[in-house]
Amino acid sequence: MKWDEFFVTGDPLIYGAMVSIVLVSLAILFGLTYYKKWGYLWREWLTTVDHKKIGVMYIICALLMLFRGGVDALLMRAQTAAPEMKFLDAQHYNEIFTTHGVIMILFMAMPFIFGLMNVIVPLQIGARDVAFPKLNAISFWLFFAGAMLFNISFIIGGSPDAGWSAYFPLASIEFSPTVGNNYYSLSLQISGIGTLLTGVNFIVTILKMRAPGMTLMRMPMFTWSVLITCLIIIFAFPVLTIALLLMMFDRLFGSQFFTMANGGMDMLWANLFWVWGHPEVYIVILPAFGIFSEIISTFARKNLYGYTSMVMSMVVISALSFLVWAHHFYTMGQGAMVNGFFSITTMAIAVPTGVKIFNWLFTLHKGRISFTTPMLYSLAFIPIFTIGGVTGVMLAMASADYQYHNTMFLVAHFHYVLIPGAVFAVIAGFHYWFPKVFGFRLNERLGKMAFWFIAISFNVTFFPMFFLGLQGMTRRTYTYSEETGFGPLNLLSMIGAIGLAIGFILLVYNIYWSTRYQPRDKTGDPWDARALEWSTPSPVPVYNFAVTPKVKGRDAFWFAKKNNEPLSDEKITKIHMPSNTGKPFVLGVAFFFLGFFLVFSWWTPSIIAGIAVLIILATMSFERDHGYYIPAEEIVQTEQKLRGDTV
Amino acid sequence: MKIDATQPLEYGTEENRNRIFGFWLFLGAEIALFATLFTVYFVLVNRYASGPSGAEIFELTPVLLETFLLLTSSFTIGLAIHAMRLGLKKQTMMFIVITLLLGAAFLGIEIYEFFTYVHEGLTLSTSAFASSLFTLLGTHGAHVAFGLLWGSVILIQLKKHGLDHSTANKSFIFSLYWHFLDVVWIFIFSFVYLKGLM
Amino acid sequence: MFLSVVLLLSGCSSLTVLDPKGPAARTLSDTIIFSILMMIGVLVVVYVLYIYMLTKYRARKSNEGYEPPHEEGNIWLEITWTAIPIIIVAILSVVTVKTTVAVENVPEGYESQKPLVIYASSSNWKWHFSYPEEGIETVNYVNIPTHRPIEFRLYSFGTITSFWIPQLHGQKYAMSDMITKLNMVAEEPGSMMGRNANFNGEGFAHMEFEALAMSAPEYEKWVDDVKATAPELTEDEFNKLLNTAHVGRMTFSSTHLEFSPPPEEGHHHGSGGDHSSDESPDTEHDGHHGQDEHDNHDEQDSHDGH
Repeated sequence: MKWDEFFVTGDPLIYGAMVSIVLVSLAILFGLTYYKKWGYLWREWLTTVDHKKIGVMYIICALLMLFRGGVDALLMRAQTAAPEMKFLDAQHYNEIFTTHGVIMILFMAMPFIFGLMNVIVPLQIGARDVAFPKLNAISFWLFFAGAMLFNISFIIGGSPDAGWSAYFPLASIEFSPTVGNNYYSLSLQISGIGTLLTGVNFIVTILKMRAPGMTLMRMPMFTWSVLITCLIIIFAFPVLTIALLLMMFDRLFGSQFFTMANGGMDMLWANLFWVWGHPEVYIVILPAFGIFSEIISTFARKNLYGYTSMVMSMVVISALSFLVWAHHFYTMGQGAMVNGFFSITTMAIAVPTGVKIFNWLFTLHKGRISFTTPMLYSLAFIPIFTIGGVTGVMLAMASADYQYHNTMFLVAHFHYVLIPGAVFAVIAGFHYWFPKVFGFRLNERLGKMAFWFIAISFNVTFFPMFFLGLQGMTRRTYTYSEETGFGPLNLLSMIGAIGLAIGFILLVYNIYWSTRYQPRDKTGDPWDARALEWSTPSPVPVYNFAVTPKVKGRDAFWFAKKNNEPLSDEKITKIHMPSNTGKPFVLGVAFFFLGFFLVFSWWTPSIIAGIAVLIILATMSFERDHGYYIPAEEIVQTEQKLRGDTV
Repeated sequence: MKIDATQPLEYGTEENRNRIFGFWLFLGAEIALFATLFTVYFVLVNRYASGPSGAEIFELTPVLLETFLLLTSSFTIGLAIHAMRLGLKKQTMMFIVITLLLGAAFLGIEIYEFFTYVHEGLTLSTSAFASSLFTLLGTHGAHVAFGLLWGSVILIQLKKHGLDHSTANKSFIFSLYWHFLDVVWIFIFSFVYLKGLM
Repeated sequence: MFLSVVLLLSGCSSLTVLDPKGPAARTLSDTIIFSILMMIGVLVVVYVLYIYMLTKYRARKSNEGYEPPHEEGNIWLEITWTAIPIIIVAILSVVTVKTTVAVENVPEGYESQKPLVIYASSSNWKWHFSYPEEGIETVNYVNIPTHRPIEFRLYSFGTITSFWIPQLHGQKYAMSDMITKLNMVAEEPGSMMGRNANFNGEGFAHMEFEALAMSAPEYEKWVDDVKATAPELTEDEFNKLLNTAHVGRMTFSSTHLEFSPPPEEGHHHGSGGDHSSDESPDTEHDGHHGQDEHDNHDEQDSHDGH
């Protein structure tokens, strides 16, 4: 292979990206060396098994990916802002919408949610950590390896260009001969293993490690949503793993699963992909529902309305999510009866979702609503997501879908679902739980400014797309002619996209500003909230709870505050903690190289990397870590320091 | 670390119980994984294009032998756990060694089978049927191979540390894994080989 | 949002999908408008409740110190907002099944006529239209008579494409290993946009064709003209055509169906059995993205003529 095939060449945008990547990497290396932070980075972050730090690392990655995916989105909007634009060529545009989709779903929404659940779930159930802290670190580093592998594709070898759904035969070696789709297959397999392990880890954590007295029906709604999400993960992700494995075999080893000759079946890919793909939507949306439930109830100063039906509706949604996959391809010619079945199952999801919407509305009823930044995102979610929901019902109607399918109407619909349903949720959760992790709130004025930019611009960007779809504009179209009449609405959409970008920049600026100037919170409970995570001091000490709380009902912390009862009357004793380990990080590195070598079909290095993976796993098995104890006096001191000597 | 003496060794600590529960969940994911592979196989089984079909290449004798070996190994790993519960380190190790040897023999025959298939003109790229057959068998075989490595690692630990909470827990989880592979094989034997030969 | 609503009111005719020129598209357009009205009803209920809650229960100076009550829920309210959506979904389900069956079949009132069969096949970023009855073939445009049922039979020489003439009918996939069908009737003469709606690589944006509906006599005349003046489509020329990424309009006085038969109808799940039936129909695959590399080594071997 020649060097000019290895690196992507010929595009000034990509040269610019390469230069900036090199400069940023050099700056980071220099900064770490100059400030002598290598040891700190290794000891405190790369080797950590603390669920809170792992959560923070997930969120940092997710924010970076949000900007990568956001730049992709801006480039797309710029290219289609006017008829016959010459900003990007077809190939570049195809790569960009493919990576935009993959990154936003798998490397932004999911890790952001994983980050929040890592930080919060153990705190909400009164646990010291997750069930398997080391496995948790492995999950993170596998996700990270997958994300990095996916991201280097645009400078080394070329990005995938067959859409995030990578339909065959388009994604086959015959029609997509570059290594782009190898990156797709391998990076998602690697991060998928991490996701699966996270699912296992959190189910065990939630089912086995709850504080005494916390029955299942006393759990905070976010914890419930995570539990159900993890169950979906366990049954959905193996399907993706197999689909990607078969894809890899087709592309690298000449198997005939999805090929056009020798009995291969392109439709099989579409089925496998969406059997995972639709539950995946709920993997990102259910935790969002959980986050909104926490925030709405906190700032309405009321308990969550219809707790039982909230739980039931999530269970029903998760079951239905496995029965709707064919609605992604009504147009594949499976006949009216099959389509009718999938239409009905799909529309049925609207029922439990509607139940949730009304429960949120009635949580507000008779409440005392304060409009903080996290609450604003949660409240904006309701009307916007309802539009996403009702257009979802419209799309579920098989006959009508023959006209919506593959058009901008569909693009508008799923952005109306995923942006309020996932992005607003993670941003709301980010603002809400930020003081728990860092000990100070984000600035409200800047936060609200960012909110209004994002909420308004979002509608300006995506509402026109419903009409573009009805005008007949297909998705994934890099250019169109003047006569189509698509120009004005696309221009409007571009203006909205700029507004969104400003909103997100404000959001990040807020993090910077607040870090420097916001006052520290000594209470540990700045929002006067309800669940157990707020009973710890902020930032949460490594051991989480000095003594394990005892739970007597829902909203345990709220009632403890109101009745002025302590959550536990036990004495502080020494606490057992797991030791840090560097092996998960090394495992991630080995997986990264295994994936990278396989992408380029470099067999000998691949085998070496594969053996390295096995050896690391074996050494992990041999490791006998007994952890360490934090003495009681040290805990008392820490608690006093963090609570400002008030305990 | 709280130790519960009323429980068997492998369940003795909270961490141990969590691990066993977690592994059951992992097996749930493995079931989803193999279910997908079986589905793919059933969808593609008749799409053998110009290559041979299952009926033309399957032979009962080696498959019966494989089944016998793997079923026996499932029995011997059960014996190993039984010995472990009685606190008999030597016997535990011995039965694990026998299990691994049986597993290795199984794998040997499977590899031999693969060579026969290739010899008879059935490779991964012959047809969709061939691809799905090799992938299903290969994924199971790879699991067995991984099990051999894993079992060996546990053996070394048993030798080094004897039977304690950690090694007992690992051995028990390994036995779950091994039984699971046996169950998958029974499905392969019934729905791939027997059905294919009919 | 407001701006868009204004656009909707002022320019309904610019919304191609809601401007049908035949019964199938009209059924779909009616379904869409019906569902939009239902959904606006849902939105109104949610929005009214939402605005009420936000204005009435916001924190003010005047209600400082107010402690909201503890409410577990209300079983009757919860039954109500479960039952009403179920009724809505049931209504929409009936509509969906009825209209889906309707648009899958020959449009009502045209069942007695013998449909005109046109094979529409895609290769790279072109559409081939074969008229087996007339023995003619066109590329990147299709002419059809009005008031006569047309049965499009779709398949692909490569990637999955989606055949779509929004003013006549919704879309359907064209795939390499099975035929799919679309039944439609044009009731007004005129030119309509047709295109591939399913992303299939570099040339996707330009994969459009013109669908021209004309009266029966005009159509007959056009067919006669083609037969008299257009060249024959030879196998060599067709193969060359398949490997070209983009072409303009073309017309031939014979079809490719004779030397390159289409795949079988219907799904192939689990069927098969004899060696030839499941093979790919196309005698060669396009070189990647139709550029210079003509990968025709499997030209003759993959088809054994059933």
